[in-house]
Amino acid sequence: MALSSTARLPAAKPGEPARPARRPGRLRRRIAPYGFLAPFFGLFAAFGLFPLLYTAWVSLHRVELQTSDRMDWLGLQNYSRLLSDPFFWNALRNTFTIGVLSTVPQLLMALGLAHLLNYKLRGRTFFRVAMLMPYATSVAAATLVFAQLFGRDYGLINWVLSSTGLNPVDWQADTWASQFGVSAIVTWRWTGYNALIYLAGMQSIPGELYESAAVDGASRWQQFRHVTVPGLRPTIVFTVVVSTIGATQLFGEPLLYEGNSGGGISHQYQTLGLYLYEQGWTFFHLGRAAAVAWVMFLLIVLLALLNAAIAARRNRTDR
Amino acid sequence: MATPRVRRSTAVLGSTVLATALLLSACSSGGSGSKDSADGKVTITVDLFGTFGFKEAGLYDEYMKLHPNVTIKQTDTQDEGQYWQALQTKLAGGGGLADIQGLEVGRVASVVQKQADKFTDLKTLGLGDVNDGLVPWKGAAVKTADGKVLGAGTDIGPEAICYRTDLFKAAGLPTDRTELAQKWSTWQGYLDLGKQYAAKAEAGNAWTDSAAGMFTAEVGQQKVRYSDESGKAVYDSSPAVKTAWSDATALVADGLSAKLAQWTPEWNKAFSTGKFATLSCPAWMIGYIKGQAGDTGAGKWDIAPGPGKTGNWGGSYLAVPRTAKHPKEAAELIKWLTAKEQQATLFTKQGSFPSSTGAQQAIKDVTDPYFNNAPIGQIFSESANAMPAQVLGTDDGVIGKAFTDALGEVERTGTAPDTAWKHALDNVKKANGN
Repeated sequence: MALSSTARLPAAKPGEPARPARRPGRLRRRIAPYGFLAPFFGLFAAFGLFPLLYTAWVSLHRVELQTSDRMDWLGLQNYSRLLSDPFFWNALRNTFTIGVLSTVPQLLMALGLAHLLNYKLRGRTFFRVAMLMPYATSVAAATLVFAQLFGRDYGLINWVLSSTGLNPVDWQADTWASQFGVSAIVTWRWTGYNALIYLAGMQSIPGELYESAAVDGASRWQQFRHVTVPGLRPTIVFTVVVSTIGATQLFGEPLLYEGNSGGGISHQYQTLGLYLYEQGWTFFHLGRAAAVAWVMFLLIVLLALLNAAIAARRNRTDR
Repeated sequence: MATPRVRRSTAVLGSTVLATALLLSACSSGGSGSKDSADGKVTITVDLFGTFGFKEAGLYDEYMKLHPNVTIKQTDTQDEGQYWQALQTKLAGGGGLADIQGLEVGRVASVVQKQADKFTDLKTLGLGDVNDGLVPWKGAAVKTADGKVLGAGTDIGPEAICYRTDLFKAAGLPTDRTELAQKWSTWQGYLDLGKQYAAKAEAGNAWTDSAAGMFTAEVGQQKVRYSDESGKAVYDSSPAVKTAWSDATALVADGLSAKLAQWTPEWNKAFSTGKFATLSCPAWMIGYIKGQAGDTGAGKWDIAPGPGKTGNWGGSYLAVPRTAKHPKEAAELIKWLTAKEQQATLFTKQGSFPSSTGAQQAIKDVTDPYFNNAPIGQIFSESANAMPAQVLGTDDGVIGKAFTDALGEVERTGTAPDTAWKHALDNVKKANGN
């Protein structure tokens, strides 16, 4: 999904080849595109739509993993129970704070890095490839390394802290410290990826704009603020939407941070994704897990709509 | 007439559809399995948690020597909680299960009551009497109401205290087993001695690893813990839980805990660095200590009878899932592994205490050089003789974890014990409330 959207970003090149003259076989030609799309929709129906609808069906029942062939009708009870569960609200709050802690610095840093990479640098390609390395690392590997770094008694970070005379931090049990730890992994993994997207966007901004800004006496910072950022607006909206969805679904990092689905001893970094997993695969309540999944899905749709509305509004006020 | 270009596109289309179909069918025919060659060779897969010690004690090698056509492949997960989770997912999906799966005693009630149909009745494999030579409650716990035998008992977990003689000496404490057993004949005595230790020990050397370890050990000394004989949940009111909770929180208040979470990498590392001086030690912990502290720990550790001189923590079973590829061969292996001779070997080499009464007779005089030649046979036998036959509930695992997590909050985030107690009850409700 991310790739196809990014590929769309650069403006279409002018001077496309002229349409070929009409020939026989027009009908087949018109059908062919649908044929090409059919495999995608076939797969989507089997692995996207069906699970989505079946999950909704499951969420209306009591289903236990240990006796998964039995389904007892519950109506909306799973949902009402969910909304009255303090742990659900706790997970929602954590998802939000970890989302902010990871997305905001991530995108700001990506923007800055992209700006630097946009200059003519020696070994530019090397830096650009290097930026993508964390993204290419698996979540599991990255998280395991970070979990070691953040270890309370034998971690590198606490070792540095205590050798500089500071108090070591309990990166697992403390609420903010653990959320920071999880966010650090997310930020590390995704900053380079976003930087490259920004870079692609920056390169589609015509050089003349910078030249004329320079002629008018604009400093580098002013150029960045008044040429680069406005030119990048659609790209920024895209990365914000994608990062928001990613943050809402955050799962692998907090799961592997201490290796349990509770999200810490006080559930202090349990995200919605983990809460779902805990209900379904630690406590074996598949019906409840399905309800969480649907609530998450609706939440993401809502967030995407909100993002789109804000973006549309900003576009309108600018014109 | 179609142009060549169109024809090509239909060809591409056709092959795409074909590829999709292949992809789909490839997905549906999944499933893992051990491949056996035609010459009668059999690979038996065994999936376990923690340290059962079969491999370490050389039992697999011995069995494979006795049965040249058999190869045994073992996989294991250190944390039983994660193992159980994976096992449930596989049972629900019906795939990826080994021929032999280990079951922890805290889970058997759940298996017996909810999942009897997912495991093979060992009677049908000729192992109806496999639990006959064991302590009576061990076999009774895996028998369904209609008489199916769902597992074969391996070890049980009589409790003692493991301690570091080098750290004790450095803090000016006695290291003699009998003297220590007298001093900590009660949990209060254990805490008092801990305070003496803390006053003299180096900073960063705590008395024990965690409040959770002490809690679990103390709860394990009572017959009724989380549910009573009628199956009613009593975890919020049972005296066993309340007393253990208040003792464990007193431990934290006195600053005697190293605040480690059991079964985590940090905890494992602390075995070799000596971050704690004592550890609540069910017999199977002996093998765990040897594994974690390694050769450098040899001679530093010792074992003495703990407070109350008894306790029942853990112990396991071996079961054959319905989907096992080689149930016959698996049953034979189980029969051999749980026989009294092998149980005795396992204790001598690994410390897992036999559930077989015959083996218990045989190991009475075993000592362990790793633990300063401590008479582990005698210490754990006495503990096992006084051991209560615990009432097992279906949610014991989940409830135990809720309490130990809450104790983690008390020691690591400074949560008030009363608040943490409420969190524990909330967590149980979250897991099974309706």
